[in-house]
Amino acid sequence: MSAVKLALHNLRGAGIRTWLNGFALSLAFVAIIFSQGLLEGVNRQAERALIDFEFGGGQFWCEGFDPYNPLTFDNAHRVLPETIAHLVESGQAVAILVVPGTVFVRGKMVPVLLKGISTSQAVLKIPTAVLVDSSGHIPVLLGARMAKKLNVGVDDYLTLHWHDKEGTFNAREARVAGIMQTSVGTIDQGQVWLPLKQLANLAGLEGQATVVVLKPGIKPPPAVEAWKFHTTEFLLSDLRQMIKTKTVGQSIMFIVLFLLALLAIFDTQVFSIFRRRREIGTLIALGMTRGAVIAMFTFEGAMYGVLAAFLGAIYGTPLFLYLSAYGLAMPGGNQWGFALEERMYPAWTAGLIFGTIVLVLIAATFVSYLPTRRILKLKPTDALRGKWV
Amino acid sequence: MNGKQVVVETIDLIKRYPMGRQELTALKGVNLKFYRGEFSGVVGPSGSGKTTLLNIIGTLDTPSAGSVRVLNERVESLSPRRAADLRSRFIGFIFQTFNLLPVYTVYENVEFPLLLLKLPGKERRKKVLAALEWVGLIDRANSKPSQLSGGECQRVAIARAVVKEPELILADEPTANLDAENSHHILSTMVKLNQELGTTFIFSTHDEKVIKFLLRRIKLVDGAVVADEEVKG
Repeated sequence: MSAVKLALHNLRGAGIRTWLNGFALSLAFVAIIFSQGLLEGVNRQAERALIDFEFGGGQFWCEGFDPYNPLTFDNAHRVLPETIAHLVESGQAVAILVVPGTVFVRGKMVPVLLKGISTSQAVLKIPTAVLVDSSGHIPVLLGARMAKKLNVGVDDYLTLHWHDKEGTFNAREARVAGIMQTSVGTIDQGQVWLPLKQLANLAGLEGQATVVVLKPGIKPPPAVEAWKFHTTEFLLSDLRQMIKTKTVGQSIMFIVLFLLALLAIFDTQVFSIFRRRREIGTLIALGMTRGAVIAMFTFEGAMYGVLAAFLGAIYGTPLFLYLSAYGLAMPGGNQWGFALEERMYPAWTAGLIFGTIVLVLIAATFVSYLPTRRILKLKPTDALRGKWV
Repeated sequence: MNGKQVVVETIDLIKRYPMGRQELTALKGVNLKFYRGEFSGVVGPSGSGKTTLLNIIGTLDTPSAGSVRVLNERVESLSPRRAADLRSRFIGFIFQTFNLLPVYTVYENVEFPLLLLKLPGKERRKKVLAALEWVGLIDRANSKPSQLSGGECQRVAIARAVVKEPELILADEPTANLDAENSHHILSTMVKLNQELGTTFIFSTHDEKVIKFLLRRIKLVDGAVVADEEVKG
């Protein structure tokens, strides 16, 4: 009781030093919670975008299709089996046909993947309705990045080249019917979307598809011959791996911040014990055990953690609430290597905040305790005379 | 002194300190008895071993050889916890440099030993106010040590030492940092306490002002007792 009371008195008595230490540690608190919240937000947004625009509730890949191996694309198409075709017809899934090709525009030849998709689908958030065209031209939908790369806008024309199933080289003029804004680079860069029926017809692959995307929440049919189902979890594993590597960099930053804050506490404790050695001697002379003195100093140091949590809450709460509501602009977000919106909305969970507070409190208590072990070696008679061991 | 209760007894007390490669013998076979209610003092020049003797009696240090009994406890065999308990219950210290806790008020400094004894709040308050009344500092109860004069600080230290009504008060050069007027005031207070509460006082001093007040003077020179005389009060 007296150790706690004395510790609180000492903290109060130390005045501005107590507040400065608390503030320094609170910066680490807020920085850790901020960076973790940002990563959590990035993670959630990227996963949401991928689910909305590409993965849906999981994908069937036809036998031989490997999205990471372009050599498989030429023959990666199959007639839809009845169970899957039924899902597509009822709007619970969307079929996508992938045909390798090139685009020729403004003197540039760019290799692309031509992707056929139903214009009436509602499984993915790709705005396929713009692909309904009665002008006689092949309508194509491009992502904003692809349009920028090709330097084309809506209603511009480009030439599509492809090989049909016989290997015959074909070319047709197409009109840009729409440009979509999406954070998912894998449906944008190097992709040209056109109506499924038209692409199948051009390639001589009527009734065939490469990938079938299920609507989220739809249970996949049991094993289908020549088609393999991949769950959303599986499809997201690359993204999660990538985020993990980004997390390492973030972690190093907050570990440095955290260590600096802990070093400040450690330093304060060492200095405090040295400066107050006569007081330590007095406390022992008055009847306090060394253990109680150590407890007092440790408690004092641990209170910096509590003070930091309090200070961090004062300026961190409005900051986090603002960022949650209005997001954070991410310049150059497209270079992250995964789906990233231009505004990121950090996400904080009670577990993250509570976990961080507990972590900092434990660490602050531990670094407060470390220097106090010297008190064990301090002779009270030396301490009373202001001598140090 | 026969028939009086022995509070402190040293038997062939030797204390050595390492001094580089050599050893310094601070106490050379000291044999002394201090009795309940005595107002005594160990006098002698600097380096004669006075503070060392008081530190051992106060269980802040241990003998290198020989034995010391304080309130029927052998200092050399006390565990740190038991020694702390003995100090908190039965021994009061008054230091040359006052050693008040700087962030505490006068009241809280005096209250501190009672907190260690875990006395209830009401009782603590009663005792603290009585102790402050004794030393005439009731009106400075809310002041911090930094706001007090040297004399006032030492009176707070006395109040802190007596508030738990200890059996024994050890005062190490209590007037060394005080002027003559304050020294006289402090010593008068201690005499009053000794007479009214029967508290045993052992001083360590080479200050003539203090020596005049002592009723028993033990002269220590180079760690050995060379004289032990009682003075008629």
